Amino acid sequence: MRMVLKGGRVVDPATGTDGHLDVLIADGIIARIGRDLPVDGAEVIELAKGWIVAPGLLDIHVHLREPGQEHKETVATGTAAAVAGGFTAVACMPNTDPVNDHAGITQFILKKAAETGVARVYPIGAVSLGSRGEQLAELGELKNAGCVAFSDDGRPVATALLMRRALEYAGMLGVPIVDHCEDPSLTGDGVAHEGYHASALGLRGIPGVAESLMVERDVALAEMTGAHVHICHMSARQSLRAVRAGKERGVRVTCEVTPHHFTLTDAALESGVPYDTNLKMNPPLRDEADRDAMLDGIADGTVDVIATDHAPHHADEKMVEFDRAPFGITGLETAVPLVFDRLVHTGRVTVRRAIELLSSNPARVLNLPGGSLAVTAPADVVVLDPERRVRVDAARQRTRSRNTPFHGWELRGAVALTLVAGRAVYRAE
Amino acid sequence: MNVHAPASRRPPGGAPPGSGPGGVRLSDRHLLGIAGLTPAEITLILDTAEAMKEVGTRPIKKVPTLRGRTVVNLFFEPSTRTRTSFEVAEKRLSADSLSIATATSSVTKGETLADTVRNLEAMSPDMIVIRHASSGAPHLLSRICRAAVINAGDGMHEHPTQALLDAFTIREHKGRLAGLKVAIVGDLLHSRVLRSNVLLLRAMGADVWLCGPSTLVPAGIDRFGTHTTTVLDEAVENADVVMMLRIQQERMQGHFIPSLREYFALFGLTSARLRRAKDDVIVMHPGPMNRGVEIDSEVADGPYSVILEQVSNGIAVRMAVLYLLAGRDAAESLDA
Repeated sequence: MRMVLKGGRVVDPATGTDGHLDVLIADGIIARIGRDLPVDGAEVIELAKGWIVAPGLLDIHVHLREPGQEHKETVATGTAAAVAGGFTAVACMPNTDPVNDHAGITQFILKKAAETGVARVYPIGAVSLGSRGEQLAELGELKNAGCVAFSDDGRPVATALLMRRALEYAGMLGVPIVDHCEDPSLTGDGVAHEGYHASALGLRGIPGVAESLMVERDVALAEMTGAHVHICHMSARQSLRAVRAGKERGVRVTCEVTPHHFTLTDAALESGVPYDTNLKMNPPLRDEADRDAMLDGIADGTVDVIATDHAPHHADEKMVEFDRAPFGITGLETAVPLVFDRLVHTGRVTVRRAIELLSSNPARVLNLPGGSLAVTAPADVVVLDPERRVRVDAARQRTRSRNTPFHGWELRGAVALTLVAGRAVYRAE
Repeated sequence: MNVHAPASRRPPGGAPPGSGPGGVRLSDRHLLGIAGLTPAEITLILDTAEAMKEVGTRPIKKVPTLRGRTVVNLFFEPSTRTRTSFEVAEKRLSADSLSIATATSSVTKGETLADTVRNLEAMSPDMIVIRHASSGAPHLLSRICRAAVINAGDGMHEHPTQALLDAFTIREHKGRLAGLKVAIVGDLLHSRVLRSNVLLLRAMGADVWLCGPSTLVPAGIDRFGTHTTTVLDEAVENADVVMMLRIQQERMQGHFIPSLREYFALFGLTSARLRRAKDDVIVMHPGPMNRGVEIDSEVADGPYSVILEQVSNGIAVRMAVLYLLAGRDAAESLDA
């Protein structure tokens, strides 16, 4: 099985490649990259002018919901959504039912991925049993079963002591702790960013400091232990400042920002359908200064990764009072259009930086294979059409759920083709 | 005899049914909040309420205006004042009404609000009056159902009929709203009465002063178009109207205030403090009152208090709202 991707602009930050080159794929492996490669009977895929060939994207913050919440998403539907969004690999969070806090659950997820998945699946194990923050999960066993990181996502790692021990122990295993940062006492029963719009709508607020206080804790403990902490879905400008200061001191801290946090602000709560629960996520959409800080961090390199926090919920669960609705929105199939429309076409980042944020950096942060088009690497490849206009249609997405605030948006930038191990798993219509 | 409205406000002949003086109509078929109303619509409701108040002075306090209309009062939160006020308003307009309280509804059986309302809809109500602990619950309802939705208080968001009856009461005493100094004192953060009153009073040109402990001031209040102070005397100084908000007993739990005793010392309205206000000040409270917490009994029961007038005016204002919303399809005069 041989295939040549011909005529595209190959952008691979990991190898420093950027140019109009052909990519030869043989037996699921990147065989050669070069100018005007001989075809030799291989299948030729002619790419249009301006199309980009990049290493497959990795989304390191995804909720696949299996086991336990298959009405929202499954490994099969979640990975189908991933490849439609250009992601050849996803790391899935442990807040399934039951929580992924034992090797058996990790093995179940990997078995499902092998049987039904179309993208690569890397489970993230729980830091503590049941993510209750009381007792460390068997992190060594989880790692041996295939977990690539540990997190109590959905909640923060509960106490400073537990976080310290988790960092020390996971550091021994060479695996990062991925933390959802919020101080529960400051979050309270908040449902929206604490600011004018929440006040006007009578929604309980969550201040940005609820997040950054925990980021400060984590940076301090990562510094103390020398271990690697990765900050999830950062939303507050104070958090960015804490990460930046930590990085300047050489602390092993990395962070991610979601497309919705670099696109939307809390003003959206008052501009569309009132009390639209598809605008309810945790952390909440923050104000313009926070959103702009995320854009700055993405441009200046403080932000390492764009991850979606893809959080599917059934329509019935979202069709309730705002403060009773679950937090979260889908993200896998809108990430590339938002990155191009909001970051690349606006001149905030280069194409190369965008690929870094979506592919090589996430691979580096979680020590995952992929994120590179190096010769002999598995042929996980995405072809992007940066000029194509797409209209987001929740009903036509591959994810099982429809909870996106971007329904009806027209965006410039799309996925044309996704290959996993040299096999075309998604082709745009 | 047509007693549609006081002579000075009588609508011109040929005005469409359901419309008020000058032919103004409500543009929305729901009343979800003050936020959706124009000053002309607010004036329309207040003017209509004047005519409704007259009905309440008759020996037979009933008109057939809403005969054959069904109104459901859906109360997911305990309420005595607002619920009974709506019930009386509905009866005076001859509507068929029923009240569902949370304890007797299916909600306790795990049914969603959407399903509860779809089931009610199957019984074809014309209007649904809803009180709910979640901000935005009436908005959710209005997207699901055909009936007109009236917000009787949603979470910390709005309580539009309360603000309308407050405005009606102020207007009765002062003849106007524009240019008045109105002080609103208390739990600014959690109060839906506050939000609706700010929107209404600002729309009508009043000078609004908000006062409460700094722990209970909502974020972004500088964009409310009001003055804010934590010093009660500043708010009361030269005020035409002082409106006290209820302080919930459980606020100590969120560390908002140290004690009710200290709250009264700093923010309680006493006769001594009220002396700073204008000579003809009126004192208001949406109820239920905590005597000795936000207001001294001497003030609550004193000569400046209009608290019980607010309650009777509530019926007239709610009749006006029901009338105007029903009137979008058809409405009759107030002939007995």
